[in-house]
Amino acid sequence: MQPLRVALAQTAPRLGSVDANLEQHLSLVARARDEGAGLVVFPELGLTGYLLQDLAADVAMRLDDPRLAELAAATDGLSAVVSFVEESADHRLFIAAALLEDGEIRHVHRKLYLPTYGLFDEHRFFAAGDALRSTPSRLGVRIGIGVCEDFWHPAVPQLLALDGAQVLVNVSSSPGRDLAARHEVGLGTATSWRTLMHAHAQLTTSVVVFCNRVGVDESISFWGGSEVIAPSGETILAAPLYDEGLFVADVMLADIRRERIAMPLLRDERPELLVRELERVIAERAGLPGGETGGDAGGEGGLQ
Amino acid sequence: MSDHAAQPAEPLFELPSELAIDTDVARRVIGEFIRAQLGQAGFERAVLGLSGGIDSALVAYLVSEAIGPERLLCMLMPYRTSSPASTEHAREVVRRLGCASELVEMTPMVDGFYGRDGTPGAGGSEDLEASPLRRGNFMARMRMAVLYDRSVTWGGLVVGTGNKTESLIGYTTLYGDSACAFNPIGDLYKSQVRQVAVAMGVPEAIVRKPPSADLWPGQTDEGEAGFSYPQLDRLLYWWIDRRRSDDELGAMGFERSLIERVRRMVAGSEFKRQVPPVAKLGPRTAGLDYLYPRRRPGSSRDGA
Repeated sequence: MQPLRVALAQTAPRLGSVDANLEQHLSLVARARDEGAGLVVFPELGLTGYLLQDLAADVAMRLDDPRLAELAAATDGLSAVVSFVEESADHRLFIAAALLEDGEIRHVHRKLYLPTYGLFDEHRFFAAGDALRSTPSRLGVRIGIGVCEDFWHPAVPQLLALDGAQVLVNVSSSPGRDLAARHEVGLGTATSWRTLMHAHAQLTTSVVVFCNRVGVDESISFWGGSEVIAPSGETILAAPLYDEGLFVADVMLADIRRERIAMPLLRDERPELLVRELERVIAERAGLPGGETGGDAGGEGGLQ
Repeated sequence: MSDHAAQPAEPLFELPSELAIDTDVARRVIGEFIRAQLGQAGFERAVLGLSGGIDSALVAYLVSEAIGPERLLCMLMPYRTSSPASTEHAREVVRRLGCASELVEMTPMVDGFYGRDGTPGAGGSEDLEASPLRRGNFMARMRMAVLYDRSVTWGGLVVGTGNKTESLIGYTTLYGDSACAFNPIGDLYKSQVRQVAVAMGVPEAIVRKPPSADLWPGQTDEGEAGFSYPQLDRLLYWWIDRRRSDDELGAMGFERSLIERVRRMVAGSEFKRQVPPVAKLGPRTAGLDYLYPRRRPGSSRDGA
């Protein structure tokens, strides 16, 4: 089995400037092809920049937008994950990541979890997606795509893996914060992300491809540090913090099979157990009948 | 030095361990931030007020590192009562960095308003008795006016030099020293400013001397406020950054009276850290429901 060459486009998008970002995407897709990559991944909102606020509506694209078609057309014999603001037919705005292959848009993932706390205000400007599917790809394995915060909810990578994904792609615009010497690499955000992405790779016995942007939007600096992680949790590629660039690594897809035989966590998953218990938890949290407490979890109806 | 080789060098300043940062990461983030702020606004140059104190000295070093000293203009703006040592320290920074500088005497501007030696100024005879606080604020605003004028003639953005500690306790003059186009050190506590300053080679005399607004002879920040910066920085960090309650802070050893005093200072200066409210009348109001990034396509000075 040929190794899969993965290219991480750790870019610094220009805020609100789709044309400039599109041009950069096209040139990096071409470079990735020249370097023999089979998969090139761009960061969250790489085509628009992150801190859009009311600009989101101005830069939104329908899936039949000619600019997306132009980018897709550049993916002959190549897979690319790109991210932009998607406007649906009923005019909802989503943070979307699309798999482009052989000239077509193969799959679109709409960001499921929109952080709206701390320095984040995403739900004010965007709608949350409500579907999570892995997708077949020309790479011969199914791919699971998540956007940034999606992977801070462990059910997402787990569901994607259960749905057949063997390569998990997370595209991010993670603002760096909590600068402190006690953290690995001096940055709390980077330390947390690394911990989580390595755990996801190991727990799902999948390859994790994490592409995080660099550059500055307003007050916020994005820290990069994109990674490719083997199903064993080992680092295959760790891109530098803060440097813009195209970083390339070879992934042995055969390692996924090897790891899943040696460490059959996915075989032993119990989705039916999860569903049963989740239904109970959902009912209890909502205070609905059907939960074991038969209503308000803290109320008198607990023992009926 | 060699005489004392066996003894550990006396630290230049007291650094609470929880405030220790990786200065390489800080310099990298701040450098990217400075370049981005200027680039997105269409500027290549910067101007700042250099007092001879550690904050503005550090910002001069950071700007020089980010864009080159030849693009920085440092304005030295002493008043007749300013400490001569301050001006000497500022000159030393300029000499070491090799940046442009200009000295503007504030005395005619300030005394022209308040009067001097019994001769009233533009403000009238009662202003001969103006308090040091009023004079200090006026002076800070005159310096701001000079900086914004030189912003035009030098063709550079005004860089802020206030640190997080003084901003939080409100030890700043509204539309005076806090006025700027952007601030690279506004999220660094004084203890962290010192740490980065030492790492960058800011002259030791500047790092060592007691911080002072130098608005009247012999004034020091810590003398005026009645607490030390390391103590204040720690309290602010645990309260604000780490969300500790008063009880928890008390259990950590902070005195109740200090906690209460600092809490009042922070609450009482909230207005200084925010854009003034506009009476909401129309359908869309800047800052409320008209929310755009400061910089977007078309907003740069050169129209880019």
